[in-house]
Amino acid sequence: MSALDLDLGLSSTQLPAPLPIRHCSVTADQWRAAAPAVARSGGRLVALWGGDRRVNEAGGFAVSAAYALHDGLVWLDLALPPGALTYPDLAAVFPGAARMQRATADLLGITADAFDDHRPWLDHRVWTHAFPLRRTAAEGPPGLPRDYPFVRVEGDGVHEIPVGPVHAGIIEPGHFRFSVVGEKVLRLEQRLGYTHKGIERRFTELPPLEAHRLAGRVSGDSTVGFAWAYCMALEAASVCAAPPRSRWLRALMLERERVANHLGDLGALGNDAAFGFGLAQFSRLREDWLRLANEVFGHRLMMDCVVPGGSSVDLDEPAIGRLTRQCDAVETEVRALRAIYDEHAGLQDRFITTGRVTPELAATLGLTGLAGRASGQRADLRCDQPWSPYDQLEVGMASHRNGDVAARVTLRFDETFESLRLIRALCDGLPGGAVRADVSAPAAGAIGAGWIEGWRGEIFVALEIGANGEIGRCHCHDPSWHNWPVLEHAVIGNIVPDFPLINKSFNLSYSGHDL
Amino acid sequence: MWKIIRQIARAGVLTEAPPEAGAASNAGSERIQHELLAILGRALAIREVDAGSCNGCELEIHALNNPYYNIEGLGIRFVASPRHADMLLVTGPVSRNMEQALRRTYDATPEPKLVVAIGDCACSGGIFGESYASCGRVANVIPVDGVVPGCPPAPIEILRGILSAVQRTRAAQG
Repeated sequence: MSALDLDLGLSSTQLPAPLPIRHCSVTADQWRAAAPAVARSGGRLVALWGGDRRVNEAGGFAVSAAYALHDGLVWLDLALPPGALTYPDLAAVFPGAARMQRATADLLGITADAFDDHRPWLDHRVWTHAFPLRRTAAEGPPGLPRDYPFVRVEGDGVHEIPVGPVHAGIIEPGHFRFSVVGEKVLRLEQRLGYTHKGIERRFTELPPLEAHRLAGRVSGDSTVGFAWAYCMALEAASVCAAPPRSRWLRALMLERERVANHLGDLGALGNDAAFGFGLAQFSRLREDWLRLANEVFGHRLMMDCVVPGGSSVDLDEPAIGRLTRQCDAVETEVRALRAIYDEHAGLQDRFITTGRVTPELAATLGLTGLAGRASGQRADLRCDQPWSPYDQLEVGMASHRNGDVAARVTLRFDETFESLRLIRALCDGLPGGAVRADVSAPAAGAIGAGWIEGWRGEIFVALEIGANGEIGRCHCHDPSWHNWPVLEHAVIGNIVPDFPLINKSFNLSYSGHDL
Repeated sequence: MWKIIRQIARAGVLTEAPPEAGAASNAGSERIQHELLAILGRALAIREVDAGSCNGCELEIHALNNPYYNIEGLGIRFVASPRHADMLLVTGPVSRNMEQALRRTYDATPEPKLVVAIGDCACSGGIFGESYASCGRVANVIPVDGVVPGCPPAPIEILRGILSAVQRTRAAQG
């Protein structure tokens, strides 16, 4: 029984997942009432997505929302009546729902009522099929590429700077439209979707026991996080559990992924503030880190190491010793580098007060994950819903209230040290036994969900098994969905040359968002 | 300042020998520099284009700039515009939403130009394949001169692929 059940008279069922995740079919009225109830209780919207449950002439579309509450996650499922193409809007309560609703309209042709942004989001009008997640996607003359109506800023001396989709650096593609006066940014509007490659439809073509490989390629920098979330969902749908040793190995890999990304970002942030020394030093540490991962896990980014039922790799004693010693060595180096960063006046001048998101704005817009914690939003699944093995590790949550680039740098340093501590603890306490259990194919109609604190923020995977044991629907949610819109606010009033620095301090995923 | 200098001194020089590109090639950084100069008359300028990847390949291309590979020391640098580039490194299955941007980037690159497809997706479409949203491999959209498979390929393989593509051009020129 969750708090929301008591408030709204819902009867949700607990899914067999290691975190408290509940599923509940709701009516349109309950769907409408749930959003303000969640907001009042201090909960947050995690994800919104749709599905097509039409079989022959029966059934209709469905829309789902995942909310994080104090006592866990609740997945609300609203089946629309046959023929219905609208559902109650959530963006009025949770602004972060807006782009998810636009994406749902592109993929399925179902829209939120009382939501007036009808611009396409992922669909750039060049796909070969309209509404690709419908069971019978309408093949047909794709619409002509058409101009996207950016919001125009008018006034004396205001001009636009369009950037992308091909960017100047080695980064993912996306379009940014700046409205500036002089050097000052008045407004930034993003246009994403360029890396949309049809992942969610591709899921439905893969056997459930093999689709973890696709989940591990939703966002390459979070391959462990997404693979674990998918496997958690699959194991819940199949009602089987990964053995203890594999859970510890998964956490070990997740923390190593966090450190790898933080090391890369700390170097890149120095570089974006014209401190090339930082990039050279941190990229050296990151390379050491990835090389040992390659030797120990067989892959530099640990892709395909988290598999259904457990882990595809095991560690012997010498490997554990090497991992532990590397943590000691990296900690010494990062402490020395942190002292240099902290004392470097030019660097701090670029970091402090740049790209600020106040705690109030962060709460209103739903800023999440690492960036959220840097703006006073204290949430970290490893602390709030500690699942095995985090329930034995007492993870310390890093947080800050300044919400500027400096705060996001501080968060990365603090989390790096905490993850190094966790890796040593995971190495020390690694239980014996098997690293992989047999997973039976999930039953027809089964559902499962996975919820993981990745390095960027919370990753969520919802899995629905179809009538023939195939993947009927698999929705992967990256925390970047919530944080991209907040980046538009973070740059207001800053100068154009600080945008790369601010953008890097968030380091959001394009691929994880575009799918 | 002395802390910075001490840190630089303590880390030392980590740059490793570059890989051998072809069977007969005796790779050494000086030789590679000479070859690039002989072929191009200048440093090799590369424009990276993510045409729809998962960002795994970008992480490994980034790594080429770290002190171990020290790609700039070999006379290879990443540039901000295709108009400055001799070579395009393209990653990802080409999403249909990126198809036009990739074609335009290719057209904006001056002749003679090389295209190297990086990663399984760029080589074959990878796990994403061809679909309503994906054109599949890079060669389905623009001409490709070299491929580096892997998911993602290690930095050393990417470097080898870059050098091989340049050397093949020289062989073709006689």
